[in-house]
Amino acid sequence: MPPLDTAVAPRNGSTRPGTKVRNRIRTVTSVIVVLFLASVAFFLTWGVDGHWDFALPRRIEQLAALLVVGIAVAVSTVIFHTLTENHILTPSIMGFDALYILLATSIVFFVGAYAYAEIPDLLLFSINTGMLVLGATLLYRWILSDATRGLYTLVLVGVIGGTLFGSVTSFMFRVMNPNEFDVLMTVLFASFSSIDTAVLGIASVLLVGGTIAAYRMISVLDVLTLGRDRAITLGVDYRRVVTVLLVIVAGLVAVSTALVGPITFLGLLAANLAYRLTSTHRHTVNFPVAALLAVTMLILGQAALQHILGYAGTLGSIINLAGGIFFVILLVRQSKP
Amino acid sequence: MISVESLTKAYNGDAVVDAVTLQLPGSGLTTIVGPNGAGKSTLLSLISRILGPDAGTVIADDIDVLSAPGTEVAKKLSILRQDQNTTARITVRELVEFGRYPYSKGRLTEACHIAVEEAISYCDLVSLEERPIHEMSGGQRQRAYLAMVLAQDTRYVLLDEPLNNLDMVHATGMMRLLRSLADDQGKSIVLVLHDINYASVYSDRIVGMRDGEVVQDGPTSEVITPDALQAVFGTAFPVHDLAGNKFADYFR
Amino acid sequence: MATVVLWAAVAAVVTLSVASMFVGVIDIDFGAVLTDPEARRVFALSRIPRTLALILAGTAMAVAGLILQSLMRNRFVAPTTAGTVDAAAVGLLVVIIISPGAPVMGKVMVALVFALVGTILFLAVVRRTRFREAILVPLIGLVLGGVYRAVAEFLAYRYNLVQSIDTWFNADFSGIIAGRYETLWLAGAAAAAAYVFANRLTAVGMGEAFATSIGVNYRATMAVGMGIAAFATAVVVVTVGAIPFLGLIVPNIVTILVGDSLRKVLPITALAGAVLVLGCDIAGRIVIFPYEIPVGTIVGTVGAGIFLFLVMRKGNRYAAA
Repeated sequence: MPPLDTAVAPRNGSTRPGTKVRNRIRTVTSVIVVLFLASVAFFLTWGVDGHWDFALPRRIEQLAALLVVGIAVAVSTVIFHTLTENHILTPSIMGFDALYILLATSIVFFVGAYAYAEIPDLLLFSINTGMLVLGATLLYRWILSDATRGLYTLVLVGVIGGTLFGSVTSFMFRVMNPNEFDVLMTVLFASFSSIDTAVLGIASVLLVGGTIAAYRMISVLDVLTLGRDRAITLGVDYRRVVTVLLVIVAGLVAVSTALVGPITFLGLLAANLAYRLTSTHRHTVNFPVAALLAVTMLILGQAALQHILGYAGTLGSIINLAGGIFFVILLVRQSKP
Repeated sequence: MISVESLTKAYNGDAVVDAVTLQLPGSGLTTIVGPNGAGKSTLLSLISRILGPDAGTVIADDIDVLSAPGTEVAKKLSILRQDQNTTARITVRELVEFGRYPYSKGRLTEACHIAVEEAISYCDLVSLEERPIHEMSGGQRQRAYLAMVLAQDTRYVLLDEPLNNLDMVHATGMMRLLRSLADDQGKSIVLVLHDINYASVYSDRIVGMRDGEVVQDGPTSEVITPDALQAVFGTAFPVHDLAGNKFADYFR
Repeated sequence: MATVVLWAAVAAVVTLSVASMFVGVIDIDFGAVLTDPEARRVFALSRIPRTLALILAGTAMAVAGLILQSLMRNRFVAPTTAGTVDAAAVGLLVVIIISPGAPVMGKVMVALVFALVGTILFLAVVRRTRFREAILVPLIGLVLGGVYRAVAEFLAYRYNLVQSIDTWFNADFSGIIAGRYETLWLAGAAAAAAYVFANRLTAVGMGEAFATSIGVNYRATMAVGMGIAAFATAVVVVTVGAIPFLGLIVPNIVTILVGDSLRKVLPITALAGAVLVLGCDIAGRIVIFPYEIPVGTIVGTVGAGIFLFLVMRKGNRYAAA
């Protein structure tokens, strides 16, 4: 056969197949693990002043919550990026958490605060999550599965839908009486300083379930990075896979939203930083790296909130501020020729 | 053989592919030609189930393409399309390994590794295999995707305008490669081409489409004639014999 | 078509304006306005100012959206998706923190500077990223707007102003009385100025090469257009608060109906903005009477609903990937 390419491509030097990429991934992962462990140690010990028996259990509980949220946000964002073939979208930009808040609000709205207070936490969380999973999956599968609607429609519907959900929610807020409103606020936005252990327990169970499910689909997710059409030609049952993945994403969003409320930039930054650092499409690498990055950022943010800012702010606003600026820088630098 | 039976796809009431019934042979190189908007690419997308049809059936050998399990179809038929944008950072080797997905579901067997090696060397990509595809030239990337399709090891390989964005040298290289696939490996290659002379030189069989319908279907020598081309393109081109091949002179 | 739509919009504005003046906690009928001095006082102090404020704010936000869409050659860019509103809010917050007693015009000017800088930064980021897909442009705007908002929320939390910034992002006209809305005339004037520049803005919307080749100064016109949009947004944010997605939804609905020529679209967009805001505000006053729902909430619900319907129709103009 004649040479097909007249221009001789530069050879890869002496590196054997894959070594360069593998070495890079190993280095990156090690550095991130060290960073993560350091931030954990730092978070648990900073400013304890000998009151260990008081401080430690509380901090461990906070740490657990941060872990759960970080992993949920990172995994759901990475899945969503793969699903939409777009690295700037997040479930949050697409209105998932607005939908969660809307659904939670409608329950208070329709059953009333007193009946609401009677519902056990576990049942409530399950109802909210179940509704989100059902609603989001139906809505987004409908949009994603129709080939004639492009990414355009998807983004539009998500962004506008997010506004719609938000507006309906604030409409309900207005119509509600103040007692109901108070009940709702305390349920909707548990902060890290006062975590409901029961909710944390359920959330962890859901997180573990969602993450295991995501890991079982890793090879399909890898194929999906090639795009919808190629995935189909490679034998992926696209509709079914998209449905399952959306269910996982919705479940994970419910976990993080129930614990901290929406943090738009956390997943965006963690996922994009992971892609950039690892230089691979493989989810076996990107899931853990993104999750570790997200958790580390949360821990550092929470530490800064407690020790530097003296609680003058919310974790969400700190992460969004620092993460948002950093993300924009990343965006601009990444696309330099 | 792929049997296409009254396959139809319409957008807003306009049939892009209009009740096409067609038999594609189980070997050799078949080219689909036709003017812009004739429905060639849509037909290929429908046959490869990327696009859902409004009506009709596609049977590849004994497999019902539109209803059989995805992996079964993926072992029978593959498609290479023209859009090759991907945001993912994938090296050539990783891309080719994806071709084994229908067999391995992500866990490559020894047979998979052999198929991947063969596909990479067949497409002359050995020196490039660690390169990320987004850093490669158009011609190289086209070959990388072809290698992936080869690793998929299907009897039928569908290609939608594989010569787009390739200069003459690379286009000819690609056509030789496809020809040798049909000859050496007994595959059935079905492609959409714009240049009827490439079709004439390399094809065993040519299908002419116009307005969503098949208007010509036969051996190359019968389709590259002024009358048949008139039926497909609406213009009669003079056809010349040159070194044993027929050339349509569409330049004047 | 365009003429019919134009007159329909005029008729709707007149009808809704009249309706707006007769809806309120104090029941006033038409006869009372002529005879009862108390009723006339309510009219002059509250009803007329509120109606005018609604018309002006609706017009200004819709036109600002239309200008940005035309200049950026992207249907999904609007003050809320280009970071303009969020940047203006940061500016307003900064004035309030540094000099709480600043006059309204001072606040407007600072908010304007921030809005301009914020929008220009958005432009710069979009240029640098060079995305192929048009849809990513408003996404970048949303992300950037999110950053500005994070800055605002961070500052607000530190200075106990969280409640006030909520109102800047979600307009509320219930506090409008004579003496508290007049700055909005400036926003109305900005929208009128846009009409004067309409043809040049259209040319710039066709691209730098085209604009230059027909003798339009690209940079200057771009600056004028951006300035008008940012000014209108700043005034509205400072005076009544932004009306979310109005600038996105109204121009899209209007261009679906009458096409893309800016000179034709602009007056209809202005009127349609007024119609939507008037209608939503009236609805907000009626639904939980005697309380009120802020107009932004209703616009978000109704407008987003209409827009979703348009987008999800089969074979619509947004369907192409």
